Amino acid sequence: MGVEGIGARVTRKEDKRFLTGKGRYTDDMSVPGMKYAYFVRSPYAHARIRGIDAAAAKAMPGVIDVLDGRQLQADGIGNLICGWMIHSKDGSPMKMGAWRPLAHEIVRYVGDAVAIVVADSSAEARDAAEAVVVDYEELPAVTEAVSALEAGAPQIHPEAPGNLIFDWEIGDGSATDQAIATAAHVTEIEIHNNRLSPNPMEPRATLGIYDTAEDHYTCYTTSQNPHVARLVMSAFYNVAPENKLRVIAPDVGGGFGSKIYIYPEEIVCLWASKKTGVPVKWTSDRTEAFLTDAHGRDHVSKVKMAFDADHRIIGLKVDTIANLGAYMSLFSSAVPTYLYATLLSGQYAIPSIHANVRTVYTNTVPVDAYRGAGRPEATYLLERTMETAARELGISPAELRRKNFIRSFPYQTPVIMNYDAGDYDASLSAAMQAADWDGFAARRAEAEGRGKRRGIGMSCYIEACGIAPSAAVGSLGAGVGLWESAEVRVNAVGTIEVLTGSHSHGQGHETTFAQLVAERLGVPLDSVNIVHGDTDKVQMGMGTYGSRSGAVGMSAVVKALDKVEAKAKKIAAHLMEADDSDIVIENGELKVAGTDKTVPWFQVALAAYTAHNLPSGMEPGLKETAFYDPANFTFPAGCYIAEVEVDPETGKTEIIQFVAADDFGNIINPLIVEGQVHGGLAQGIGQALLEEVRYDRESGQLLTASYMDYAMPRADDLPSFNLSHQNTPCPSNPLGIKGCGEAGAIGSPPALINAITDAIGNNNLTMPATPMKVWQAMRATH
Amino acid sequence: MAKVTLTVNGRTVSGECDDRTLLVHFIREKLGLTGTHVGCDTTQCGACVVHMDGKSVKSCSILAVQAAGSSVTTIEGIAAQGELHPVQAAFKEHHGLQCGFCTPGMVMTAVDMINRHGGKLDEATVRHELEGNICRCTGYHNIVKAVLAADAEMAAGRQAAE
Repeated sequence: MGVEGIGARVTRKEDKRFLTGKGRYTDDMSVPGMKYAYFVRSPYAHARIRGIDAAAAKAMPGVIDVLDGRQLQADGIGNLICGWMIHSKDGSPMKMGAWRPLAHEIVRYVGDAVAIVVADSSAEARDAAEAVVVDYEELPAVTEAVSALEAGAPQIHPEAPGNLIFDWEIGDGSATDQAIATAAHVTEIEIHNNRLSPNPMEPRATLGIYDTAEDHYTCYTTSQNPHVARLVMSAFYNVAPENKLRVIAPDVGGGFGSKIYIYPEEIVCLWASKKTGVPVKWTSDRTEAFLTDAHGRDHVSKVKMAFDADHRIIGLKVDTIANLGAYMSLFSSAVPTYLYATLLSGQYAIPSIHANVRTVYTNTVPVDAYRGAGRPEATYLLERTMETAARELGISPAELRRKNFIRSFPYQTPVIMNYDAGDYDASLSAAMQAADWDGFAARRAEAEGRGKRRGIGMSCYIEACGIAPSAAVGSLGAGVGLWESAEVRVNAVGTIEVLTGSHSHGQGHETTFAQLVAERLGVPLDSVNIVHGDTDKVQMGMGTYGSRSGAVGMSAVVKALDKVEAKAKKIAAHLMEADDSDIVIENGELKVAGTDKTVPWFQVALAAYTAHNLPSGMEPGLKETAFYDPANFTFPAGCYIAEVEVDPETGKTEIIQFVAADDFGNIINPLIVEGQVHGGLAQGIGQALLEEVRYDRESGQLLTASYMDYAMPRADDLPSFNLSHQNTPCPSNPLGIKGCGEAGAIGSPPALINAITDAIGNNNLTMPATPMKVWQAMRATH
Repeated sequence: MAKVTLTVNGRTVSGECDDRTLLVHFIREKLGLTGTHVGCDTTQCGACVVHMDGKSVKSCSILAVQAAGSSVTTIEGIAAQGELHPVQAAFKEHHGLQCGFCTPGMVMTAVDMINRHGGKLDEATVRHELEGNICRCTGYHNIVKAVLAADAEMAAGRQAAE
């Protein structure tokens, strides 16, 4: 490892611009003639639109135009789609209801977009939006998935009778039933996974620019995957052919999944730019973000876990109802199926597993992937069940887990996944040691002396990242391939640009991707620039989500570097009259191994571009592209331990310590990896203790539509974290990387709830464990 | 419409704006200083924190006209061009930022915090003082570290100067 290469704790190249206010986010963009958009949104959870009267609004000061869904449809703009086909167990395809970018017949959730107002200023657009008269006939609404399945529930889409989108299963039902029937012990539990709002700090924004002369569109947008946005807007929404649509995702202020999807606003602003002849910018406010950004989680599950007399798990049966909201968002169908049920084996050898998943329409914001996407739901279910089982069986939670750990690899689970490497004991032992698990009894006694209830809880998680290979996900219904691309462009003076289809919105790719190049070529970090986020600059790519940028995106860079190095060696061999198999690249020089002959990197680059003296038949230039399609998912895993103190007078939980022991495979930059874990933990702890999206059951109004009502984790809600790594390299990619972006959010909620339920002596507690709920749970016990 | 004249980052500036224009929008749209961000609409997130006459304020809850005649410092103005303020340097050193969106507000709050507590900050105080700044990326762990490190460094600097 060099000082700037793989494994080095390098501070980030991109920091200076963010620290000095020079970051460039979508809302910072300004172009000549630009006007501002405001969306008219449904105030009802479910209503029929009888008419829209925009005459008064159009006459207001500064208003350019007001456009509605009828006009949009007349111009041939298509409906939004879900890009992952799931079939029900009866073989029928999922029932996808129409999602119009601007609703003109039925609105299906509070916030559903109905019209766009374009005006000289955002304030004028907002004023005019209030003057648009929409005549609604209110319809009955339903916000909870279980209620939506009941007979007589309001019907949301004609395409989906009974609001059922699909009824899907995985695993061997009869073998699992058999295991449960013959078990020495069966643990049964109902699990609620609370609905969350991702809340990246930068609200969504988009700037649509139509160029009349070129018949060309430019879309600045807050996207985690600009190429996917372009593909979907071209192929499905008929905005423009791909060569007439440039999508730019500049600096993006966090995503956590919510900026994967193409939302109505991008499509409508592009279309409105053509209709009005002016560039149109829209920036969400925070309330709109709560009302329209895809939410996460919202599962209700019934679980049965069967044990033999020796406390080995012999079967797991899961019945889940997942709320997908009012429309099927882009990857919504994959989250409660292939990103969830395929992880139900956890870290354990379970011979039979069966999961049934029903997904349901409700009059709520569409639900899709949020940090972890399905894997937090699987982990929470499994680790709450394991803890409950340990308590019922009267054995220690660590012993029950150890007894059931998978210990030899590769391991084929009964639910598709083939785990390639791991050492679950190592993380469990490291976490227990770091938490001083053995000293807990004394700490609990000491706390009791102060009138506090102390508890400790663990969670052993596994996740699947990379989401690949493409052929495999294609066979499971994915509408896209999940490879990644890279171009390594060596300039004539030897500096390097890496163009990646990954997208950084906080992950630090400008640093870590450059570290890889520095490691390989021995050139300084400063001579390497990472280019991403612009479909005009970067070859097709799939973007960043699912902790895939390191494992998949950087592997593509490795492949491109391999090609660049091979060509550079040929040139160097030619210049030094040596054989290219004898050339090594070290410290920015190409050397003939075992001799003192060297040629500096920049001279090879220069030779490639002057082309005065290249090997016979070689093309000039030094630039290579590669596409990398993984051979398997990657499987990060680890063990988290939370220790809490509950105040019996108030029910308030204080986190005394939080220990995370993770196996991420090889690490490019520990500083950045630790930061990813910290952030994930904060979101997981937020889910466990603070956060919940709530709707009024009767009216379908969103009750948590601001930071006054939705409890985001603040600095004084969280402790400093205690991290360690027990890495086993991933065998399926060249860098041995597993991915670290989501682990914190996946592993932490059950550790917290296991700790709190341990403290209060009542296992019946749902997330978020607010002081009131904890206090009530304590009263119920005593 | 109102005409507003104030000092921003040491320069006298004036501009016409609606009476209802917030200081943050005046800074971003009239002055083109886009380092100050808007992350919410209820004065909770702190992405818009600037200093007004030496005190940290949320520029989303002040009208531009209220700032007339005052001296405002934004994230663009706390260090000389091309240099980093010790707080900015500490955020970089300790990886106290990821997506960068809350960062300008965090830095401005941290500078104000250090100005008020100079050399006496501890973790609990920093966490308490950050209550009005929300970060979704870092879990605050490295932000707290950075603020404490900057506080110690600036205190050492003051001591050396005495």
